[in-house]
Amino acid sequence: MSAPYAKLPAWADYGLIPLINLTVAFIVAGLVVLLIGENPFRAAAILIDGALGRGQAIAYTLYYATSFIFTGLAVAVAFHCSLFNIGGEGQAYIGGLGVALACLAFDGILPWWLTFPLAIAGAAVFGAAWAFIPAYLQAKRGSHIVITTIMFNFIAASVMVYLLVNVLKPAASQAPQTRTFLEGGQLPKLNFLLEAIGLSVRSSPFNLSFLLALLAAFLVWVLIWRTQLGYEIRTRGHSPKAARYAGISEARVIVITMLISGALAGMMALNPVMGDQNRLTIDFVTGAGFVGIAVALMGRSHPAGIVPAAILFGILYQGGAELAFEMPGISRDMIVIIQGLVILFAGALENMFRPSLQTLFASLRPASVVAEAKQGERA
Amino acid sequence: MEIFHTLVFLLDSTVRVSVPLLLAALAGLYSERSGVFDIGLEGKMLGGAFAAGAAAAVSGSAWIGLAAAVLIAVFLSLVHGFASVTHRGNQIVSGVAINFIAAGSTIILGQAWFSQGGRTPLLASEARFGAIQLPFAEALSGVPVIGEIYSDLLSGHSLIAYVAFLLVPFTWWVLFRTRFGLRLRAVGESPAAVDTAGISVAWLRYRALICTGILTGLAGTYLALSQNAGFVKDMTAGRGFIALAALIFAKWRPVPVMFACLLFGFLDAFSIRVQGSPLPLIGQVPVQFMQALPYILTVILLAGFIGKAEPPRAGGVPYVKER
Repeated sequence: MSAPYAKLPAWADYGLIPLINLTVAFIVAGLVVLLIGENPFRAAAILIDGALGRGQAIAYTLYYATSFIFTGLAVAVAFHCSLFNIGGEGQAYIGGLGVALACLAFDGILPWWLTFPLAIAGAAVFGAAWAFIPAYLQAKRGSHIVITTIMFNFIAASVMVYLLVNVLKPAASQAPQTRTFLEGGQLPKLNFLLEAIGLSVRSSPFNLSFLLALLAAFLVWVLIWRTQLGYEIRTRGHSPKAARYAGISEARVIVITMLISGALAGMMALNPVMGDQNRLTIDFVTGAGFVGIAVALMGRSHPAGIVPAAILFGILYQGGAELAFEMPGISRDMIVIIQGLVILFAGALENMFRPSLQTLFASLRPASVVAEAKQGERA
Repeated sequence: MEIFHTLVFLLDSTVRVSVPLLLAALAGLYSERSGVFDIGLEGKMLGGAFAAGAAAAVSGSAWIGLAAAVLIAVFLSLVHGFASVTHRGNQIVSGVAINFIAAGSTIILGQAWFSQGGRTPLLASEARFGAIQLPFAEALSGVPVIGEIYSDLLSGHSLIAYVAFLLVPFTWWVLFRTRFGLRLRAVGESPAAVDTAGISVAWLRYRALICTGILTGLAGTYLALSQNAGFVKDMTAGRGFIALAALIFAKWRPVPVMFACLLFGFLDAFSIRVQGSPLPLIGQVPVQFMQALPYILTVILLAGFIGKAEPPRAGGVPYVKER
């Protein structure tokens, strides 16, 4: 890579390259559809129609997107500090415990708008606490954060099964879940927002936490690009050495970044637990912590990229459900493949097309500069 | 005598559950010693298990199943290499991607090809690697203690299980007594030095990844053709990550890897055995705690409380030639 490639213009760097990578991921996914003997174009049409065709479908899409915005932001914040938080899954799972405890304690005495801030605090504190130990171990003892967060995902799963089966389950019930929250522990739906623009939504789990997710996206932007802490996070992410010379305490930045990341991942639990199921169940995270990795990679770790990337994955989740219904050969696991391909091409192979694009732009630029100069002479 | 009988039984199941862990951990050993982190072990093992189950079901031959498993696992390894060695992508991201692609496509293809809810058909015994009785196992089974150990614990495992344990000294020999092994370890510590010596860093890492592919393919084959009679969706169930934990626990050394896998296997076998019944001295231990124990132990080890786990120095860093 020592050959001096021309620097790409910003629009190509942030728009064209992700678009090319995404397109390649979808072409490979199309080949898989072809391999099992279905028509990829018909599959794509069903998927898009199933996710965006009706008001209710859009509401479901946004419901899924809500979870992915939170986990995508969580992964992105850590990325800026060059920490790979693979533990969003576990942090969201434990965050659900914080939500459930707040709701179980206050749902009978407080209205939802008073329980909500408590539940947000519960989710954030529990998620952050689960991220704290890996963060502390990375900062103070140099344990690799990827490995510890993976381990903590598994430990979280065991802890939650234990708590749900042995502690939180009502005595009379067989299913490993908490009791259903009363009205004070239920978030209002946002379907009226969609109905206001003329869409009909009969019922959907689309709820208030969507607005909280958008707010969180804005706050993450402020944090990373408009505060001193954000500057320190980016400095340490860009060059730990430079950060050390600048007198930034590496351990402090690592721990704070991971606490924020864990809190964001934990807040994902508000959406399914308080916004939809109104109880804490086993496995409610269903991989959203991992989707966050794909979302953050695709969105280039910028909130302005993460929100659309999360909506794209919302489309895949909702459309994928419809697709599984319409095409017997394709199950919802198709989404998992697409997700893997997006992570592969938008993440690990993000530089595959860069050299050839750079050569292309370099060969275009002198020509246009020369042409402009000639025009200038003529005028 | 009863306790002894239980112990032999427990150790026998320990060996059985340890085999896929051991193969996957040795697989990770090759890749990580060469400086390529591999959290895609789970995906490669899963892909291998599916290929083994599918090919054995279609062909009726366990050997063709094994060949298919190795082929697919090596292919996934090469994808990992293409992303992280050739294009210098993030090794962790690439490993995560491989896990996802394998998890999704094994279910989708399994359903499309066999229509049994993502599983492959039940295999007949000739399409599997069945138990091998060691010589005189039958005759010695009556002999107390030694006979029981020989015929119950040592005999009666599948070919792959014996191969897995033979691979431990073999891997030690490859890594520490051959030129290839020396270079492989060197490239994980200081790729620039290897490059200066005129040896291709990329080609060395690709060869290490091919070894990883072969071993994860074997691990998948064991799951689908020995432990079970066919592929079931998500049948690796996190074993790839336990193997990774074992690899770290053993500080990236072959013989300790075997003991770490046996330890984690024992915890697994033990937790199934004591489920629901209280233990002497400790009382009732929640089964979830036993299941989480390998992960907890690994975190404690990583924190440096029981020795220090020092990973290969160049691990996780793509090599850039001119620097």
